[in-house]
Amino acid sequence: MNRFPTWKIIVVAIVCAFGILYTLPNFVSKSTLSGLPDWLPTKQVNLGLDLQGGSHLLLQVDAGTVKTKMMDSLVDGVRDSLRQQGDNIGYRNLSHDGAVVSFTLRDPADEATARERLSDLSNIMANGQRDVVIASDDGRVTLTPSEAAITTRLSAAVDQSIEIVRRRVDETGVNEPTIQRQGSDRILVQLPGIDDPDRIKRLLGETAQLTFHLVDLTADVGAAGRVPPGSKRLPGIEEDGRTYIIKSRIMVSGENLEDAQATFQQGQPVVSIRFDGLGAKQFGQATTENVGKPFAIVLDNKVVSAPRINEPILGGSAVISGGFNVAGAQDLALLLRAGALPAPLDILEERSVGPDLGADSIAAGEIAGIIGIIAVAVYMIVSYGLFGIFANVALAMNIFLIMAVLSVLGATLTLPGIAGIVLTIGMAVDANVLIFERIREEIRVGKTPLNAVNSGFARAFTTIIDANVTTGIAAIILFVMGSGPVKGFAVTLLIGIISSMFTAIMLSRMLISFWMQRKRPKTLEI
Amino acid sequence: MYKIKLVPDNTAIPFLKYRMIAFILSAVLILGSLGAFITIGFNKGIDFEGGILIEIGTETSPELSDMRASLGGLGLGQVALQTFGTDTDILIRVQRQEGDASAQQEAVDVIKQQLASDYGEEISYRRVEFVGPTVSQELVIAATEAVVIAVLAMLVYIWLRFEWHYSVGAVIALVHDVILTIGMFSITGIEFNLASVAAILTIVGYSINDTVVVYDRIRENFRRYKKLSVAELVNLSINETLTRTVMTSVTTLLALLALYIFGGEVIRGFATAMIFGVVVGTYSSIFVAAPILIHIGLTHQKEEEDGFAGAERTDEDAEEKG
Repeated sequence: MNRFPTWKIIVVAIVCAFGILYTLPNFVSKSTLSGLPDWLPTKQVNLGLDLQGGSHLLLQVDAGTVKTKMMDSLVDGVRDSLRQQGDNIGYRNLSHDGAVVSFTLRDPADEATARERLSDLSNIMANGQRDVVIASDDGRVTLTPSEAAITTRLSAAVDQSIEIVRRRVDETGVNEPTIQRQGSDRILVQLPGIDDPDRIKRLLGETAQLTFHLVDLTADVGAAGRVPPGSKRLPGIEEDGRTYIIKSRIMVSGENLEDAQATFQQGQPVVSIRFDGLGAKQFGQATTENVGKPFAIVLDNKVVSAPRINEPILGGSAVISGGFNVAGAQDLALLLRAGALPAPLDILEERSVGPDLGADSIAAGEIAGIIGIIAVAVYMIVSYGLFGIFANVALAMNIFLIMAVLSVLGATLTLPGIAGIVLTIGMAVDANVLIFERIREEIRVGKTPLNAVNSGFARAFTTIIDANVTTGIAAIILFVMGSGPVKGFAVTLLIGIISSMFTAIMLSRMLISFWMQRKRPKTLEI
Repeated sequence: MYKIKLVPDNTAIPFLKYRMIAFILSAVLILGSLGAFITIGFNKGIDFEGGILIEIGTETSPELSDMRASLGGLGLGQVALQTFGTDTDILIRVQRQEGDASAQQEAVDVIKQQLASDYGEEISYRRVEFVGPTVSQELVIAATEAVVIAVLAMLVYIWLRFEWHYSVGAVIALVHDVILTIGMFSITGIEFNLASVAAILTIVGYSINDTVVVYDRIRENFRRYKKLSVAELVNLSINETLTRTVMTSVTTLLALLALYIFGGEVIRGFATAMIFGVVVGTYSSIFVAAPILIHIGLTHQKEEEDGFAGAERTDEDAEEKG
């Protein structure tokens, strides 16, 4: 090799131009970027929450509630099927234990008819199996939802929760939130720029299931009183120990809401709600038939208030009052607008970083990076002289390439990611060191400068590949298995390994070839 | 132009002569590390232990003892306070609360209320993190899996590229490095968190990198010098790659030192572990990975039987004549 092939020069030039061009937007403010022509790259490196400040929440959908609700509705379904107008099938002990719904027929002879009616509850799923397995033995009938059916239901609940979480977060006006599913029953919420996530956490912590019930006036509200069947005792929202006994039957539910707004009534913050067509009809009917009785407004199994129905409310609008402050009324209105969660969400993990700490981390990372580069660069020059400068050009380009690839991929730069870049600075020169040491050895055995350079590069090549592939394996495993910030570290490490191989093997080789062609050195100082 | 050379040309240190001393030293360090890990154990961060971590910034530097007394009286169990980098930056750690994830959340609220009533507006929250018990257990499992899979993946790669003697030697060196790093974490009490696992995996990557460079030279020298004994070959290879080994360690250490000194408090634990790992990884490549090849039966015959000769490189002199 006397000349560096032209195609390689073109490749190196293109890659270097790409590296510089796509790194530059990171040094320009966002407002300047928006003014630039479209053909220029404008993508900046995404800063992780630990650098720009923000909140990371890992939520889990309460699978227990989803399952209980599924079983409850199956019990309702069984009841409706057996009690058909004019043709009841007698049964007793209809209940579920969390996994199986069971009841006993009063007359075992009804078994065939009962199974015939229940067959509507058991459907064939996509995988060819039935979602509910019905079995009977001597008048005792069981209905067991299959594993697949439960998984499907849970999955649907998670999808629905994600949608509701997204609506609630959007209503609060957070910029560019990330809301995604993680694993089977988890939701990852990332809220950049939020330094106090308390309000959002509170909003996500409410299921916000709103229902309207009649109050059971026959029951004794006193603590010792027995609760009649078909009714239940619920606490008031004030947490003052007061309880209510209400009828379990839901007269109107929050699913039929069309809008909710915080307003004032007689100087008190209240929430005005408007029902959709079906809701308005149900609400009108319930209030018409129960004038003079109290009507309980229940939110997440707590009674907000139980005002007396003074007259039928037919317009589809109502007001919820319950001693709210302004913020409380606004939050409730927001929750009702966004809709109810199918099950409660637990916060498994929170990581919130204030903007100050993020800015400090960036500043510290920049200083460490710059000092690291200078130290390594100086050491390379004192060790290899001119060849050290070639290696340093490769090192600088390496950093541009890492930044450019991070920008283009839209990868997230985290604090460990910065550590990865600084570490890469130290390790990136390794390929050049391997090559230069080989060249030294070749010179020592008496080769001419050109031959020494050529065989130095050739012989170091396989070593560089083997050494970097093994480090790359570690980086890939970190990327696959790691989470959050650690992933960010793996990404920069991996990009750094690839780009350092390119800059050491191609770029520094090109520089050395150019230099040798110009100077045609008789001896090699390295 | 004067150039620094940490390793002079034609260095010939009889490393293999000292290999028994190195093996004994390594064995002692491994036993000590395991002992420290069993008796002292990790100072586990909230990633693996669960619990709460709050970093606050204050305008004046409050008495830590007052704050400790105030927060300690909240009935949240162990509350540890320390300044973090500066006097006005305080790290509060609270042990994992009994019960489910919401118990952690409630404890955070209680602490915030107490701090607000003690110090009012003076306090800003720089960082609030809590990790519930389920998540922390999963993180422990994932981290262990990651390290084991990484080591196995290296074993396979080196087996494919070299032959089994080398992969066994490399893995012994890797396990050596990982155990010593675990011992370092146990003895120093540096917080062991997700970043520490990243550090261990990077050490694995760095150490194998170093080892592969030496192995590559041993393999090459096997083809070149048919008459030298295996021990002489290994020793020659270590010496030939010594300059590179030292150079790369120094550049990596320079970058890590910059990170340790200027990179901020959050990253310091990571930088410390990496510095330790680079030193240990360099040591193990020279004193463990290479010498151990002799003891697991690497011979000339073996090399030829496997048919590696000539597969990688033809005689480079032929190329030059052309």
